[in-house]
Formats: sequence, structure tokens, C-alpha cells
Amino acid sequence: MRAAATTSPRFVARPSLTRAWLVLGGGGALLLLALLAAVAIGSVGVGVGETAAILGRRLLALPLPVTWSPAAETIIFELRLPRVLTAMLVGGGLAMAGTVFQALLRNPMADPYIIGTAAGASLGAIIGILAPVLLPALAVGAGTAWLGLGVVQLFAFAGGIGTVLLVYAVARANGRVPVVTLLLTGYAVSSVLAAGVALLMFLSGRALGAIFGWLMGSLAGASWPSLAFAAPLLAASFGLLLLRWRRLNVLLLGDAQAAHLGVEVEREKLILTMLATLATSAAVAISGTIGFVGLVVPHLLRLATGPDHRLLLPASLLYGAALLTLADLGARLAGGIPVGIVTALLGAPFFIWLLRRSRSLVSGTTQ
Amino acid sequence: MTVAVGIEPLVAARGLVAGYPLAHGGRREVLRGLDLALRRGEMVALLGTNGSGKTTLLRTFAGTLAPDGGSVTFDGREIATWRRDALARRIAVLPQQVDLPAGFRVAELVAMGRAPHAQRLFASTADDERAIARALLDADAADLADRPAEELSGGERQRLLVAMALAQEPDLLLLDEPTLHLDLAHQVSLLAAIRRMRDQRGLTVLAVLHDLNLAAAFAPRVAVLDQGRVVADGPPGEVLVPDLVRRVFGVAVDEALTPDGRRHLALRGI
Repeated sequence: MRAAATTSPRFVARPSLTRAWLVLGGGGALLLLALLAAVAIGSVGVGVGETAAILGRRLLALPLPVTWSPAAETIIFELRLPRVLTAMLVGGGLAMAGTVFQALLRNPMADPYIIGTAAGASLGAIIGILAPVLLPALAVGAGTAWLGLGVVQLFAFAGGIGTVLLVYAVARANGRVPVVTLLLTGYAVSSVLAAGVALLMFLSGRALGAIFGWLMGSLAGASWPSLAFAAPLLAASFGLLLLRWRRLNVLLLGDAQAAHLGVEVEREKLILTMLATLATSAAVAISGTIGFVGLVVPHLLRLATGPDHRLLLPASLLYGAALLTLADLGARLAGGIPVGIVTALLGAPFFIWLLRRSRSLVSGTTQ
Repeated sequence: MTVAVGIEPLVAARGLVAGYPLAHGGRREVLRGLDLALRRGEMVALLGTNGSGKTTLLRTFAGTLAPDGGSVTFDGREIATWRRDALARRIAVLPQQVDLPAGFRVAELVAMGRAPHAQRLFASTADDERAIARALLDADAADLADRPAEELSGGERQRLLVAMALAQEPDLLLLDEPTLHLDLAHQVSLLAAIRRMRDQRGLTVLAVLHDLNLAAAFAPRVAVLDQGRVVADGPPGEVLVPDLVRRVFGVAVDEALTPDGRRHLALRGI
């Protein structure tokens, strides 16, 4: 036609490779730096070089001469490393789940907790915390961990997954789950569960502090056993979500057009919801409800990389992990306050600044 | 126009009944025993009043709305037995309404038309790149390739959506008002491009149009819907006569001949 059809040009239909490498390479480098800094820095100082050597010797079995005290090795390996790895997994999981929910619900306010995960996990965790207190007979059982895992983590995980399954089932009508119904059902069910949370907190007595710490989100309880539980679940959901980038992109065009492009829409939405919920629940089970990471990181990255999930999903994993690692370092340095307070304190003002800078953040689609 | 038109229908509706659930139970049937078959390489314009069932028919042909009665077959098989992705490699749809997410460039959105053909997990193939470039050129959207989708005008959006559908490299193209928002020049160039693709590649096309004269100029066959049934079907010269226009649309028109002998419908004044 009138367009120059003579020299069939090549249209670059992918995000520029340079930008992709910059974003992912930068994220990887940032994550590595955050890892080293967070493991090295703490109340007992261990040098960065020594930290790297300890990690290299223990994790990669490098034949390095031992120049450090056994205490340093214990601190690095038994206390700080599991905590930092937990921060990375939780941060990456929340950011990735937030990215998925924002696309799936076509709602910029969506975060990983939006359809009930947080309320369900909180109620589960509180029941887990209170069970030995209210029912002393259980105290013995609660002390023994199942698969090395505390009752609290297990109940939180089951609470998160169970709530989303319930919300999804309730919102389903005529074989379809409309986004608005899903959001409203999630809100309603969350409200009921939040009332349960409030009631239990009112009745909790001496356990109130423990409950409060969990609700704020804290990585102080991180351990190798809880990592061993959550890491495979998170890794599996990461892998399966990364592979679904194309369908997530196509779903942005609306249900009808996604179907025209070959997506089995209702099945795909259920799969994506459950994978993101799996990641969220596993993360929440070992850290409590840490806010803002899952909301802010996807928005921030969308500004930097554009909305293409081929880049957005892996980037959210890397930057979410780095961000929470650094936030937890800050929380430790600030006297061991829950990391959820740090993410809210820094995340919310940053988010407001971002909102004011970019109008496109809130305009999900063009009409 | 000498195009080999097949004998077997590519897509066919027989006694088709289809509609939507009502808010308080029951169903509202929009199509009430509709028969229409398109053979390979045919190009058909679909006409009818608002609410006559044109869009509903396209949905059943696209396989996104299940019939309540009768049947829809595609390439000889009941359409419900097709896998969604297999269907998307054969049928492309230009809907009236598509959400265009912010932040994508036109070429990136057109590349989404390749989703049903995806072969590699994270990369596109040379075939994909070729199909995207050709779709952009054929839809007259090559000059838009690097533009952000949210900056497009209504007409440019429409060219983008056509390019996305063409990137699917379908056998059957279902167009719901493809000329919506287009100025006269772009209406003509779009329909000419679609006809060229039908001539070159044997594409089968069903297009909802509103302009009777445009339909007559574009399609060798027109089908007119009224209250969920096909009430007229054939060459535009035989179908689009003042009597039918009065019966279906309730509008009085005159038939006129252009100096070179083509028939034209003219409104009798408003």
C-alpha cells in the first residue's frame, strides 16, 4: 500500500536486548552486592572478604585457608545466611506475585495479598501461635516441629492457600470468574477473616507481642528448616510463572481477545492465580505479612522496562529479592525492628513520589 | 476476480441457535435457527440492523460462544472439539472492542498475534518476524511500528488491530466492523488489502459492514441478517435492492446507475 513496501524492513518486535541485559544484569549485580553486604554487616563485624571466603568454602567447597574464628562462621552460616536467603526468596516471591496479580486483575492497586492471602495466612498463623497457649494439651505437640517446620508456618501457608481457593470458588459463576467479583469477594472474605484476627488478638493476652511481630512481617525467625520448606515451593512457582509470560501479556488485551489468540482464558487465570498464591503463601509462611514490596516493585519496574512480562517477571524476581534483602539489613541495623515497618516506612513515600511522577502508572489501559 | 473457491465449507452454521444468559435466569436467544456457510477463499460481507445478531454470529464462528442449538463446524469438525490454541492458528478475529495495555509499542502488540504459533519458550522465530513485518505492511501500519499504542488515533488503533489479526496468519478472518473509525481513504485501502490477501493466499473472510455501497464494492457475496436469521444471501447486485433495504432497515433508498454502469443505493433524503 502507501507504506514503503519496496524494501521490506525488519521490525524489532522485542524489547531492546541492551535494555534487557542492563535491567537483568543490573538486578543480578545488585542482588549479589546486597547478599554480601547483608551477610557481612551486623552487630558482630565480619569483613566482606572473609564473608565471601566463608560462603565460598561452605557453599562451593572452595579450598580456602581458614582465617576466621568458628564463631564468625556460625554467625555467618547459621544466623545471617538463612535470614538473607529468606529475605531474597520472600522479596522475589512477593514482587513476582504482585506483578502477576496486577496483570491478571488489571488493577494497579493489586498486590500479592489482594484476594485474601494475607488475611487467611494471618488467621492461620495466629491460630498456630495461640493453639499452645489456649489449649495447653497441644503445647507438647506444638513444640515438636513437623518436617522441621513450626505449626505457625504450616497454618499460615494453609490459611493463605485455603482462603484463595475459597474466594475463587465463591466468585465463580457460570464457569467464569469475573475480575470485579473476584476482587469484591476477596475483600469480603478478607474482612471476615480480619475480624477473626482482631478477636483472637483481643483474647490473646501475653501472646499479643508474638502476634504483632508476625503481622508486621519479620525475618527474625528465619532458619534453614523453614527455608527448606519454602524454597522448593517458591522455586517451582517462579519457574512455572516465568514460562507463562506470553499468556500473561496476551491476557492484558482482555479475555475475549486472549481467547482469540489461543489462551484457554478461565483455566489460565486459575493457574496463574494459584501459582502466584503458592509463591505468596510460601513467602508469608516464613516471614509474616511484609507489605509494599509486592505493590511497589512491579510498578517501579514497569516504568523502567515497560509492561512486557518476558522482562518484567525475571526483573521483579531479582529486584524484589535485592530490595527486601537491603530493607532487612536496614531493619537489623535499626535495632531489630520488623522489616515490614521498614518497607512501609520507605516504600509508601517512595510510591507516592512515583505516582506523582508518572501518570501512566494508574492508567492501566488506553481507551 | 478469479479465485479458486473450494467446495467444502470452511466454516458453517446449521440451524444455529445462540444467545446470552439473562440476569434473572433463562436465556435471550439472538440467533434463531441461522444457516450460513463459507467456502474456502470466499469473502462475505455481513449486513443487518443493530441487534440482528452479527457480532453473536462472529463469536460462535470464533468458538468463544457455544451454540445453544444447531451446530457450528470449522474445517469439517464441530467447533467445540477444537483446542483453543489450534483454533487460534486458523481463525483470527478483529473485535469491536479490545483493551490496549499502556506501554507497548505497536510492533510489540502485533507480535502478540504470533502467540498461538509460539515455538520457543522465550524467543521469537524468523517466521514470526516475517509474519509481523508482513502484517504491518498489509494493514498499512508499518509507519506506526515504533509508536506507543496509547498515542494512536482511533483509525490508527484499527490498523494496529488488523495487523495483529493478520500476524496470526489465519485461514479465516472474522472482522467486526473493520472500517470503524477509519476515514474513507483508509476504509478503501484496508478492504483492498484484505481482498488482496484473499486473492493471494486464499484467505476466507467474513466482515461485518454497515455501509451497503462499501459492502457491494468489496464483497462478491453479501448476507443480510434480520432477527437472528439470514434473510438474504447472494451477490450484492441481487441482494441489495431497495425492497430489501426497506424491509430490513426500514429506510427508503433509490437505486441509481453510475455513468460506467455500476449500481448504487442512494438515500431518499433525511
